[in-house]
Amino acid sequence: MGINRSSDPQKRQAQMTYQSLAKKHQPKPRLARNMFLAFLTGGAISLLGQILFNLYRGLGLNEGLSGSLMAVTLVFLAGLLTALGWYDAIGRIGGAGSAIPITGFANSVVSPAVEFRQEGMVLGMAARMFTVAGPVIVYGVVSAVVVGILRWLVVGAG
Amino acid sequence: MAEHKRGRQTVVFRNPPVITHTFSIAGPKEGRGPLGGKFHRVLPDLYYGEKSWEKAEIKMLRDSIQELLASANLSPGQTDLVLAGDLLNQNIAASFALRELPIPFVGLFNACATFADALLLGAMLVDGGYVDTVVAAASSHYATAERQYRYPLELGVQRRPTAQRTVTGSGAVLLQTGGKAPGPKITAATLGIVQDMGLKDVNDMGSAMAPAAAATIEAHLSDLGRKPDYYDLIVSGDLASVGLAITKELLQQKQISVQNNMSCCGIMIYDLARDGVEAGGSGAGCSATVFAAHLYRELVAGNLHKLLFVGTGSLHSPTTYQQGESIPTIAHAVAVEA
Amino acid sequence: MDYLIAFVVGGLIGAAGQLVLDKTSLTPAHLMVILVVLGSVLTGLGLYKPFATFAGAGATVPVSNFGYVLTQGVISEIKMLGPVGAVAGVFELASAAITAAIFFGFIFALLTRPKG
Repeated sequence: MGINRSSDPQKRQAQMTYQSLAKKHQPKPRLARNMFLAFLTGGAISLLGQILFNLYRGLGLNEGLSGSLMAVTLVFLAGLLTALGWYDAIGRIGGAGSAIPITGFANSVVSPAVEFRQEGMVLGMAARMFTVAGPVIVYGVVSAVVVGILRWLVVGAG
Repeated sequence: MAEHKRGRQTVVFRNPPVITHTFSIAGPKEGRGPLGGKFHRVLPDLYYGEKSWEKAEIKMLRDSIQELLASANLSPGQTDLVLAGDLLNQNIAASFALRELPIPFVGLFNACATFADALLLGAMLVDGGYVDTVVAAASSHYATAERQYRYPLELGVQRRPTAQRTVTGSGAVLLQTGGKAPGPKITAATLGIVQDMGLKDVNDMGSAMAPAAAATIEAHLSDLGRKPDYYDLIVSGDLASVGLAITKELLQQKQISVQNNMSCCGIMIYDLARDGVEAGGSGAGCSATVFAAHLYRELVAGNLHKLLFVGTGSLHSPTTYQQGESIPTIAHAVAVEA
Repeated sequence: MDYLIAFVVGGLIGAAGQLVLDKTSLTPAHLMVILVVLGSVLTGLGLYKPFATFAGAGATVPVSNFGYVLTQGVISEIKMLGPVGAVAGVFELASAAITAAIFFGFIFALLTRPKG
């Protein structure tokens, strides 16, 4: 974890001694168990995505539309589970497995929207909707523009 | 030289103020915990009939103070002062609770140590002869603290095993001039000094607070020339399991053994194995409710004779955390004797 | 077979993310940002599309796919419009997921209050 070292050498020594003492008493996350649960959760959500995708393909929709509909369906389901107060319970077990899929993105949009409604529909719900998900869009867009231009510079429009 | 002062940080009371009444309100999860039967009131849900969690916390603190005064047959007009605080920005739970109670009021903030602040300042003012009747109170609420300090509640975030859960609860106690009524007395108090050992992890406040707790306990014992076994129980509010283990080791290094007589309100209020609260409880309301509901009754019943109540607080805010600051912490100790 | 591959690949990304969360002090928000940028870079290198063809939903459900659709939108639009496509194409393919998240977030906020 992050630590802050004092500029005074004596204090700094005391801080470092203390931090190694404290470390002995700090329980570590149960890595194997957490990774296994994240694997199951992440896998299950991707599997659900595949089932939905194949279902939409089976209805005769093209690949792009099926992919978009799959995403929209997962976002809806995650939003519903968030509104019912269940997605946080899934997240407590699934960890990264439920945060990484698009359902985790939906949860991070819907949860502040629901919660900050108490502070009003404009300055609360709407303004706070992207408090958690905003960085994903910001970095996604910046990266997309940079990568797109670099690719154009290197390989041309081909 | 102040005549009540002992050593560097400790005061003793000449005419020790008496804690005559207490009242506690706890949230639903705390109501299902090991101390469930002892709270004066348990909320059915986090809203307490209000439209928002903040309003619920305000109502909880206001009701605690009102019920406390009712149980003592005192009107607001007969009460000299309320000392109260909470975890929310601008201390809104306490300030808004007092909006409807015409009693002189001073708001306090020392995070989870706020209730200890109120006890020791109240005792000083009573013993000093400035007031006769003081209410000391504090509250916290899981949902209001979570959304202020961390994330929206419905966000699926996994907790780290060192994290603590903010207790939903409020506790209020009535301090009166010694000799007026029977009850446990506040005999001494040690004022803490801010400590910072450079820890930054807000999911591990126990590690950040342990040095403050150990320093204050050491100062208290040395200022008064006492051995740790003078006390039946030394209780922190709230180091939780990680901070308690570190504090015990820090004191052991100074040849102060509290292995058998130290515990923590944040451990008492939950069943750590069953309640899914990681290291234990925290929040200004944790030690306030545990004191008002449990420790006070034990003192009155004679199961505890000498208690050292050590409030510990992490004094960070979301802003300081995001700016990469480490966590300053504090601990205040209050000796309560039956 | 595509079900098994989707499960295993989606699961492995989740487990790898968990490793990062448990071994560092990064928050889930940091992790999502890293994955989006990773998805975007892999797209620029021409690797994400074959990965998605192989893994199906195992590649398109994780948030790294968001980096893919944003970047693919830019690349396709640059193809048609030249460099100005870099700003025109970003939300071309990502529109459905973002619109759905905003719309459902709004509706659910209207209909419910947080449970706590």
